Amino acid sequence: MSIIKATLRRELLIAFRSPGDIINPLMFFVIAVSLFPLGVGADQAFLSEIAPGVVWVTALLAVMLSMDSLFRADYEDGSLEQLLLSPQPLYFIILAKVSSHWLVSGLPLVILAPVFASMLALPEGGMFPLVAGLLIGTPILTLLGAVGMALTVGLSRSGLLLSVLILPLYIPVLVFGTGIVNSALNSIDISGLLALLGAMLVLALCLAPLAIIAALRISVSL
Amino acid sequence: MLTVNNLYCERDERVLFQNLDFSVAEGEAWQIQGSNGSGKTTLLRILCGLNDEFTGEILWRGIEQRKARQDFNREVFYLGHAPAINKALTAKENLSWYCASRGLTNTDQIKTVLNSFNLYGYEDMPCYLMSAGQQRRVSLARMLLSQAMLWMLDEPFTALDKQGVLELEVLLSEHAKTGGSIILTTHHNLQMDYPLQSIDLDALAGLVAA
Repeated sequence: MSIIKATLRRELLIAFRSPGDIINPLMFFVIAVSLFPLGVGADQAFLSEIAPGVVWVTALLAVMLSMDSLFRADYEDGSLEQLLLSPQPLYFIILAKVSSHWLVSGLPLVILAPVFASMLALPEGGMFPLVAGLLIGTPILTLLGAVGMALTVGLSRSGLLLSVLILPLYIPVLVFGTGIVNSALNSIDISGLLALLGAMLVLALCLAPLAIIAALRISVSL
Repeated sequence: MLTVNNLYCERDERVLFQNLDFSVAEGEAWQIQGSNGSGKTTLLRILCGLNDEFTGEILWRGIEQRKARQDFNREVFYLGHAPAINKALTAKENLSWYCASRGLTNTDQIKTVLNSFNLYGYEDMPCYLMSAGQQRRVSLARMLLSQAMLWMLDEPFTALDKQGVLELEVLLSEHAKTGGSIILTTHHNLQMDYPLQSIDLDALAGLVAA
């Protein structure tokens, strides 16, 4: 599928030419997580207890923050119209677009998470479940966020509306994500929870692009 | 090729057009005329399938346009007000993605087409460094790369210099002469050596019946 390759190439080129859009959410994640020990005190036991929640919540907010750059530029310069008029299967174009967005916004969070989790004194046994959960969970967040973004891209100042729309959809991912880490810390088998999160990802991969396409058609026809 | 039956569209209590019937055949060039705000852009967006707030029928080669979307999209080129060019990318990068998005493998033509639009030496310049006229030329280069039969052009002459306007007029009449079709809107006085048919939207406008 040359269209997937071409779209990935285009999106990654754009991302690396204007790195501000990538770095802002990442900086937010770094700053928010590092402020916690300063705010709640350096008590190791307490920090290790809140670590999974803190990392997951800030990662979730960072993903939401990064969504704004997904369709905005394409909407404003008219590329989105051309994309919708493409004779190629839109499903794959959109999937490639969202995937490349995750590669530059979600994947760095997953890579950075262990560093900040150990800063928050997360026990070693929680490291793998945290990273595995984020690796499966952040693509779901990106896909769901893309649906919300596609719906609101035509509106100016859509930030608040976007969060109201997609936060309820983010909650299950957050609950399962932190649940995985806490279960592992309490020596409970996590394979079931990971499989559930994986099932959510498969569902999102299948259905979210269809919702995104429908939402983009509405946004462009306004 | 494209047949429009009984098209009706209203916006903000105003009828933009009603009972609009026309049919665009191969080798025909149509101009949509009308004053500012008369709905020229709306009509073009309806025809190319970006706007669905209308009643009536649009047929593409006898099949309803929405059902023939893939064939329709392959054979139709739409040029909107927005350049559809990402400014962080170079002209070549923009166009090669465009070709891929249309399933074309004619990327080796990009350079030739850019040269024919007087953009020799600008292939690898990021588009934010280009002037408005040069960006418009990059958008227009897509027109030749698209291999589409029907060109729908919304104000294609905007920002072009005199030479560019002349060249575009030649391109348009060449396209029509070789069997292609054109629907365009413009306020520019066209000097094409090709017969133009026209739709006057001012004559079709009205108020919504209470």
